[in-house]
Amino acid sequence: MEYVNPEGLRLDGRRPMEMRQLRAEIGVLSRADGSASFEMGNTKVIAAVYGPREVQNRSQQMNDQALVRCEYSMANFSTGDRRRKTKADRRSTEISLVIHQTMEACILTHLMPRSQIDIYVQVLQADGGTRSACINAATLALADAGIPMRDLVTSCSAGYLNSTPLLDLNYLEDSAGGADVTVGILPKLDKVTLLQMDAKLPMDIFENVMQLAVEGCKAVESHIREILLENAKTLGNRRGV
Amino acid sequence: MMRGIQLSFSNTQKLRLEKALAQLESLSSKVNSNATVIVADTIPVDEDAALKGHGTLEMDKNVVATVCGVVERVNKLVYVRSFRARYKPEIGDIIVGRVIEVAQKRWRLEINFSQDAVLMLSSMNLPDGIQRRRTAIDELNMRSIFVESDVICAEVRGFQHDGSLHLQARSQKYGKLERGKLLKIPPYLVKRRKQHFHHLDQYGVDLIFGCNGFIWVGEHVEVKDAMLEDQVNKSDPQNTQSASLLGSSEEPTYTPLEIRQYICRIANAITVFSALGFMVNLEAVMETVTLSLSLNLGVHEMLEAEFHVRVAEQEAERRSTSTRRK
Repeated sequence: MEYVNPEGLRLDGRRPMEMRQLRAEIGVLSRADGSASFEMGNTKVIAAVYGPREVQNRSQQMNDQALVRCEYSMANFSTGDRRRKTKADRRSTEISLVIHQTMEACILTHLMPRSQIDIYVQVLQADGGTRSACINAATLALADAGIPMRDLVTSCSAGYLNSTPLLDLNYLEDSAGGADVTVGILPKLDKVTLLQMDAKLPMDIFENVMQLAVEGCKAVESHIREILLENAKTLGNRRGV
Repeated sequence: MMRGIQLSFSNTQKLRLEKALAQLESLSSKVNSNATVIVADTIPVDEDAALKGHGTLEMDKNVVATVCGVVERVNKLVYVRSFRARYKPEIGDIIVGRVIEVAQKRWRLEINFSQDAVLMLSSMNLPDGIQRRRTAIDELNMRSIFVESDVICAEVRGFQHDGSLHLQARSQKYGKLERGKLLKIPPYLVKRRKQHFHHLDQYGVDLIFGCNGFIWVGEHVEVKDAMLEDQVNKSDPQNTQSASLLGSSEEPTYTPLEIRQYICRIANAITVFSALGFMVNLEAVMETVTLSLSLNLGVHEMLEAEFHVRVAEQEAERRSTSTRRK
């Protein structure tokens, strides 16, 4: 199948290096300590953060750092064909673990000993790149909850189809069978905290694709920062002195 | 735009609200310009010898924020005061909490902190007011003082060596809160003040602003308070002496309708205020209550869109006059 047509446009009309539209909102849930929704094109996820709060299972309590837990789930209505999924299938367990590791790396857990932080992310609409969207949403929700972090983690994916590197794959491109590289970075520190790839790529092409994904992460970062700054300013202004 | 409330504003209401909020914004942006930072923003510091406080981190010789909030500078100390974080206790804070567990010689309280707080049996006054060692009998009778899901007012005593947070209730003004309503608002909207207990005489209502963002609105009780009554009613006839002193047996055991409506009115005023993200204090709440009364609004009507707009306009007006006075 042709994923990039001769005019250089992709299936959804984007250029190879073009991201989908980003949209983020903070404070979408009232009961959570922090919450956010994040959209990348048709992919939409919602994240809720509870904590730091008392550890539910005493035996897991750590005296020098906080316990971070993460749960990823997909709504039954999130994909084209509605199907009832078991609660913790192999795929969501893996993504939970990935998100957990990425977020734990940036949270300053040693500042909140003997407590627990719960991150719940749910996919409302799936159209490729859900794990990137989940990480971005979780970052926003953590920042909203006032949890100290080293840096804002952002994530973006990139792929390689029709011998062209493509940024931010949608579902069709994702399921094409080409390589899919998901990268998570700490933009300020310029460090990679997450790197996943299915399929294989030659070394030189991989470097290009990864560079593209990192550029995508930085674009996501600038968007997220704008949203956060605006949110912080309104909170401060409303509160008054 | 507003957390937790979904209101349907008409077009005019939307415009009025935007106007009021824009006015608030212009007022406060004059005061604190560019002090807002978000995670991983570099904070400019003049000297190298700056002390790095909460919410900051040193990274490649730069001071970097780790939370979203406002930069505060006290002499050499630089710290970031965050919004919307959970409550951070300070010794002496007055807090309101809910009992979640009765354990050995202690109660565990939920106070919106990262751990549950502990109120030891030994760090509160016994209902009979006598100072003595707590016996095993006292320990068995703990449930007659507080049980699970009771709402309690107490003071932060400090952190123990093991890192747990201890509370104390060594005065008659602390203790069980009954016949009222508990509100939970973000703690950054409550400012630490000299006075956190308020008795609103004209409404017959007690108002307690817990520093942890838990706010109690309840029927006014005299300081002899319900805790004491309970004990008296249950205790044996030996204690008639204190019972006659109190003379509380004829008091009505229900809250009059009027006071209940006032409680709800004040509670709704606070709800509206926190939904709009305004700092909650006594004067502001009282003004809002007066506004709702002067508009002849029913208690439930206070949670509608029109009243939110009115409150926003009132707050904008209030802040603009107070800055002009300065």
